[in-house]
Amino acid sequence: MKKKKVGLAGNNVLLLITVLLFIGMYVIGCIIYANKGFGHFQTFLNILITNAGLICVACGMTCVMLTGGIDISVGSLIAMDCMILAVAMGRQGLPCIPTVMLVLVIGIVFGLVQGYLVGYLGIQPFIVTMAGMFFGRGMTAVICTDQVSITQQENAMFYSWANAKITLPAFLGYTNNKGKTMVPFIRPTVLIALVVVVAIWFMLKYTKFGRSLYAIGGNEQTARMLGLNVRRTKLLAYVLSSFLCSIGGVLYCLNTMAGSVQQAKGFEMDAIASSVIGGTLLTGGVGNVLGSLVGVLINGTITTLVNSNGKLLSSWANIATAALLCFFIILQSIFAKLKDGRK
Amino acid sequence: MDENVILTMRGITKSFPGVLALDNASLKLRKGEIHALMGENGAGKSTLIKVLTGIYPFEGGEIEMEGVEGQAINHSVQEAQERGIATVYQEVNLCPNLSVAENLFIGREPRTKCNTIDWKKMNSSAREIMKNLDIPVDVTMNLENYSVAIQQMVAIARAVDMECRILILDEPTSSLDDNEVEKLFRLMRDLKNKGVAILFVTHFLEQVYAVCDRITVLRNGQFAGEYTVAEMPRVKLVAAMLGKDLDDLASIKAEGSDTVRKDVVVDAKGLSHKGTIKPFDFVIHKGEVVGLTGLLGSGRSEMARCIYGADRAQTGTLTMNGKELKAKAPIDSINAGMGYLPDDRKADGLIGDLSVKENIYLALQARKGMFHPLSPSEQNALADKFIELLQIKTASRETPVNQLSGGNQQKVILARWLATDPELLILDEPTRGIDIGTKTEIQKLILKLAAEGKSVIFISSEIEEMLRTCSRLCVMRDGSKVGELDHDLTQNTVMTAIAGQGKEGEQ
Ligand SMILES: Nc1ncnc2c1ncn2[C@@H]1O[C@H](COP(=O)(O)OP(=O)(O)OP(=O)(O)O)[C@@H](O)[C@H]1O
Ligand SMILES: [Mg+2]
Repeated sequence: MKKKKVGLAGNNVLLLITVLLFIGMYVIGCIIYANKGFGHFQTFLNILITNAGLICVACGMTCVMLTGGIDISVGSLIAMDCMILAVAMGRQGLPCIPTVMLVLVIGIVFGLVQGYLVGYLGIQPFIVTMAGMFFGRGMTAVICTDQVSITQQENAMFYSWANAKITLPAFLGYTNNKGKTMVPFIRPTVLIALVVVVAIWFMLKYTKFGRSLYAIGGNEQTARMLGLNVRRTKLLAYVLSSFLCSIGGVLYCLNTMAGSVQQAKGFEMDAIASSVIGGTLLTGGVGNVLGSLVGVLINGTITTLVNSNGKLLSSWANIATAALLCFFIILQSIFAKLKDGRK
Repeated sequence: MDENVILTMRGITKSFPGVLALDNASLKLRKGEIHALMGENGAGKSTLIKVLTGIYPFEGGEIEMEGVEGQAINHSVQEAQERGIATVYQEVNLCPNLSVAENLFIGREPRTKCNTIDWKKMNSSAREIMKNLDIPVDVTMNLENYSVAIQQMVAIARAVDMECRILILDEPTSSLDDNEVEKLFRLMRDLKNKGVAILFVTHFLEQVYAVCDRITVLRNGQFAGEYTVAEMPRVKLVAAMLGKDLDDLASIKAEGSDTVRKDVVVDAKGLSHKGTIKPFDFVIHKGEVVGLTGLLGSGRSEMARCIYGADRAQTGTLTMNGKELKAKAPIDSINAGMGYLPDDRKADGLIGDLSVKENIYLALQARKGMFHPLSPSEQNALADKFIELLQIKTASRETPVNQLSGGNQQKVILARWLATDPELLILDEPTRGIDIGTKTEIQKLILKLAAEGKSVIFISSEIEEMLRTCSRLCVMRDGSKVGELDHDLTQNTVMTAIAGQGKEGEQ
């Protein structure tokens, strides 16, 4: 027998480090900014609320990255989605549900085109989605160059979605200095995002499509020889990414209630960073959406920490994320080395 | 002729840029037979298989399959699988990042009632399959944790477990030892009795005579004949493959087997590597060929890796030419005058996109250092010399190495290490996947190197090959060195020593 003992598989260790890091950062925040209410449960919920869109996008990104690809069009697609929502509902007065449907369909079509180019024509994902990125941003400007907002008068339904509160049990809350009990709440967007995470987690683990993503990331040539439909799987991965991105776009719009050309710039990098910090390998084949969720939370915590300080420039959040990203990429390559060394 | 025929390929032509890989090749498979497909390296065997299973399109020819109307041309592996063709390709083709169970079942996973993957069932079926084959693995572990041999068995198990009418095995035995080969043969015979047609590619003649009923020989991409095993003695078979007669294999040993012990080249004391090999002593002299033998997983490759420093030894010392060598990385060993051909050519070996020439001079360049580049004419001369010497079949020295046939790729790696002209050359399975014509040449070459005063550590699953080349054998068992044999080397004594029936005088 020639079995090489591996204490804890490297990938699990990465995820574990991510989770510990998140907890560690959060605890430090609670200690340093105790007076600013960092320790309140609501602060944590707010991270979820602000990042609901990013969670969806990161899930899609993870699926694409599992195949060894990348999708950098997501930021522009979100901007385009928001602009369509804002112009359709805010200016044209279209009803809410058909507009949202339209945006989701646009997402699917966008993904079909990108997926076809990558999967069937074999063009580099980076190139294809970069084209998608320029297209999306350009299209946004073509639709409208102004900042367009959606107000209650224009679309009451969308407005009510955005402002709906789902309250949690009161004992999780706290009493403020005026003696009033603050009941913690989340927005429906958080629920949608969490449903997406669970659904994608389930899909990755329990469907043939999900496992095929891993197989392709492991070795594309091999996956083909094992009789998997590599092209179709890749196509679907990009469709999924753009579709989830459009869901994310709607959630994002529910937060901002506006469309503008400059919106969601660099969002793709946040999504990629979250995935990588969550343990997804850039080379594909390894990763998990639960990790990506934690990755998003880490991202959000950094921003909250910087904001809580009040004096720091918000750009420090970017620098901290960049540092973390480097740290995780180095960690990944160390684990890859260790694995090779063991052989 | 007979209605038993399940597959007919006729007049198949397939070319790659600059190479005519198949030129009017034919093949006929019948139900319930094991059919050997033979030919030299680069004869087109793997290409024929890939044409059949839909990986490559082809230019001309017909494929007919029983139960399929008209032409049975497959466009993808799925399609071939749906028609009942299961294949194990030449290089182990599985996903290292998935578990053993998934690799066995991917694409055809057991489902629960809601059509989701039933992991419980998948793992238990996988456990069952591996147990039946008597392979000790944890099916939930990732495949990358296991040796090439086990990976190969998993690939075979996967193909065999598929409901198939035709089973294709492209050099499945290249990294297996006798024990596992026997297991495979048992499987093959079972399937044969169930009426499955099996196409079996191998370079081992004994294996052909052990299980096969019929032989098809390809030469330079052309059909050279179909024979029944009974009517085909070895000599005739070899002649059919090469298109000429081969000088007798057995006669080569005599030239180089002087066992005079001269200066010690490497002296290892108490080397060990945690988890793979227990402390061992090892001495090799100038001009000596020492074999490491033992069952697969007995630690013979690990011992070689430890001496070379690919796995850093945790205990013990190694002296080379009287100086202590503390190799931190392979480059230290290379500089000290060692060369090492690893057994896993996929992981540690070739750089597929580089040319044959670049792959050959790579190690020599590394040894000389970046600042002493070989001149283009030196590079070319070096490449040409080895292409000629090892009969590497390639369109030119600039051809990317991943376009060569499996056996020819192996020759390129061998050439790389021979080019460094090391004092101690460690060869782990250097003749795997290499046709018998060249095999003899390589064995001769090893003996010639020894006669020139080089030392060679040689590992092979083929005992005969070891007997022909080695003057001394170290016997390995369960990760430790259990003895040495240096006289009276015969198939029998070696076998008993490996199996551990205590004849070699346990230490
Ligand atoms: N992808 C490719 N591109 C270009 N040439 C190729 C490619 N694959 C194979 N060839 C060429 O086709 C010929 C036949 O190769 P093939 O792999 O079928 O040989 P083989 O009989 O399987 O040999 P071996 O015993 O070494 O495995 C070789 O000359 C090889 O160089
Ligand atoms: Mg071959």
